[in-house]
Amino acid sequence: MRNPKILLSLLLTALAALFATQAGAQGLTVQIVNGVPSAIPITVVPFGQEAAGPPPPVDIASVVSMALDRCGKFRTLPKDEIVESPTSGSQIRFPTWQQLKQDYIVVGRTADAGNGALRADFELWDVNKQQQLLGLSITGQGSDLRRIAHQIADQIYQKIIGVRGAFDTRIAYITMTGAGDSTQYALVVADSDGYNPQTVVRSHEPLLSPAWSPDGRESAYVSFASGDSAIYIQNVATGARRLVSARRGINGAPRFSPDGRKLAMSLSFQGNPEIYVMDMATGALTRITHNLSINTEPRWTPDGQNIIFTSDRSGKPQLYEIPATGGTPQRITFQGQYNADASISYDGTKIAMVQGNGNVYRIAVMDRSLGGQEMFLSPGNLDNSPSWAPNASMLLYAATEGPHGVLYAVSADGRVRQRLVLANGDVRSPAWGPYRQP
Amino acid sequence: MNATVRVSVIALLCLAAAACAKKQEVKPPPPETTPPATTEGAPVAGAFTPADLQTNPCLRTREIYFDFDKSDIKPQFDQIVACHAKYLRDRPMARMTLEGNTDERGTAEYNLGLGERRGNAVASALEADGASADQIKVISYGKERPVCREHNEECWSKNRRVNIVYTTE
Repeated sequence: MRNPKILLSLLLTALAALFATQAGAQGLTVQIVNGVPSAIPITVVPFGQEAAGPPPPVDIASVVSMALDRCGKFRTLPKDEIVESPTSGSQIRFPTWQQLKQDYIVVGRTADAGNGALRADFELWDVNKQQQLLGLSITGQGSDLRRIAHQIADQIYQKIIGVRGAFDTRIAYITMTGAGDSTQYALVVADSDGYNPQTVVRSHEPLLSPAWSPDGRESAYVSFASGDSAIYIQNVATGARRLVSARRGINGAPRFSPDGRKLAMSLSFQGNPEIYVMDMATGALTRITHNLSINTEPRWTPDGQNIIFTSDRSGKPQLYEIPATGGTPQRITFQGQYNADASISYDGTKIAMVQGNGNVYRIAVMDRSLGGQEMFLSPGNLDNSPSWAPNASMLLYAATEGPHGVLYAVSADGRVRQRLVLANGDVRSPAWGPYRQP
Repeated sequence: MNATVRVSVIALLCLAAAACAKKQEVKPPPPETTPPATTEGAPVAGAFTPADLQTNPCLRTREIYFDFDKSDIKPQFDQIVACHAKYLRDRPMARMTLEGNTDERGTAEYNLGLGERRGNAVASALEADGASADQIKVISYGKERPVCREHNEECWSKNRRVNIVYTTE
């Protein structure tokens, strides 16, 4: 059992089994495909309970562990190797954890906070320095303990990595179930790990391209429910929705501006798909591109000044950048035959895209801070829809496996990959939501 | 070979037979491909009627196929376009929707554009043959409505298509 590879594979098997039993039939099943032996070793000790009574329905420590494992930066100690159970810093016997070669340890306990709320107190300690790094209380609804766990994981991530964590976020995706005339599409919103799926809208016709509003309250998407394509904006919590564009031809690829005041779209009512920006307050439409080609998939740069979009004006699809008020587009991709569907990291440096060469389509990331150096984050052959987490620690994308569409979450270095599978159907068009408001 | 493709191949054979009848002797088609008795002697003289949509082999062909990432209409589909254009000319009240589709390669939104480009190419060809623009509507479904779901060229070639759908006959 001293062999780290064996430990790791046991851990991952245990995790996969845990996910399989908890995710249930209607949600996505999460499977970790590979792990990183070189990641930071950390132990999250099972939390104690301050008062007698039934234990919380969710094992908070194990959800924290799973989150930390997912991102590729940490390697948590398997539960059966956690030989002692301190629940506060004063109870930690550091030699034990030094012997287990742990860099960090997390201890905590839960308490009833009244009115269905639960308080989790936790501490993060540096094992070698025997120094406390964090000591925090997080209170949340007892009905959403996974969220408390993800908030704890976010605090740990930020303290150790130095970047805000993105575990307490949500994702949107499209599911397709059934076949033929009974095919049903749904826009679903779930926790970042695929748990707690909630259907926002259903349709017997295709749904495409969900996009989050910056405050996480709304989703813009394309629906063919009326027969033609149309763009709607829908409140994720209340279901209230409004029609944004149902012009002749294509109404596609909606994206909110970073300040939420504008919506970029690809519309073909003037002949061919061009990029337009709609002012959300007035409904006024500004045409941004003027070229008799396909111009689509507009993505705002984080400062809201520019739009990166896909165009085949040079023959094959490539990415171009244009001022968000219009102007002269500049081509920005020169590697690969086919580059499309950009996702821009929060700091604007990493542009993920679908890159096609021959019949192989993979997710490539171009790092503009490294002179446009590119790396592949996915193996192919039909990968698409890249979407960065708000801290760019991970990326979601859609893949095709046999007859089915599945999602993958991959760490930014490409070393940890998880598969998110729908039991009976396809899942596609993932969109990682913004940081959640507390 | 699936039923759709077989029908269109048969239609092409029939058309080829009609078109080349002067130049060469054409073998009668094998028994299982013989069209119904009412359509013997394929090309319809005079104006098309709605009944021809069910019986005329050319009008019964409702798919036009494309090469990868292309939207130009290949010469073997000129006859199909011509007979549907004639139908629209003969029946000014007739309306059709051209549904543009692509194979699964590439992104959903780019493929919406590509499907529309294919639909527009067929619409332009019909209009060049005398159909009226207001008889034709183009919808692109991009890669969302494949007829075949395997990941190979044989399957992809069936998905890169424009479907001709009559909404008013």
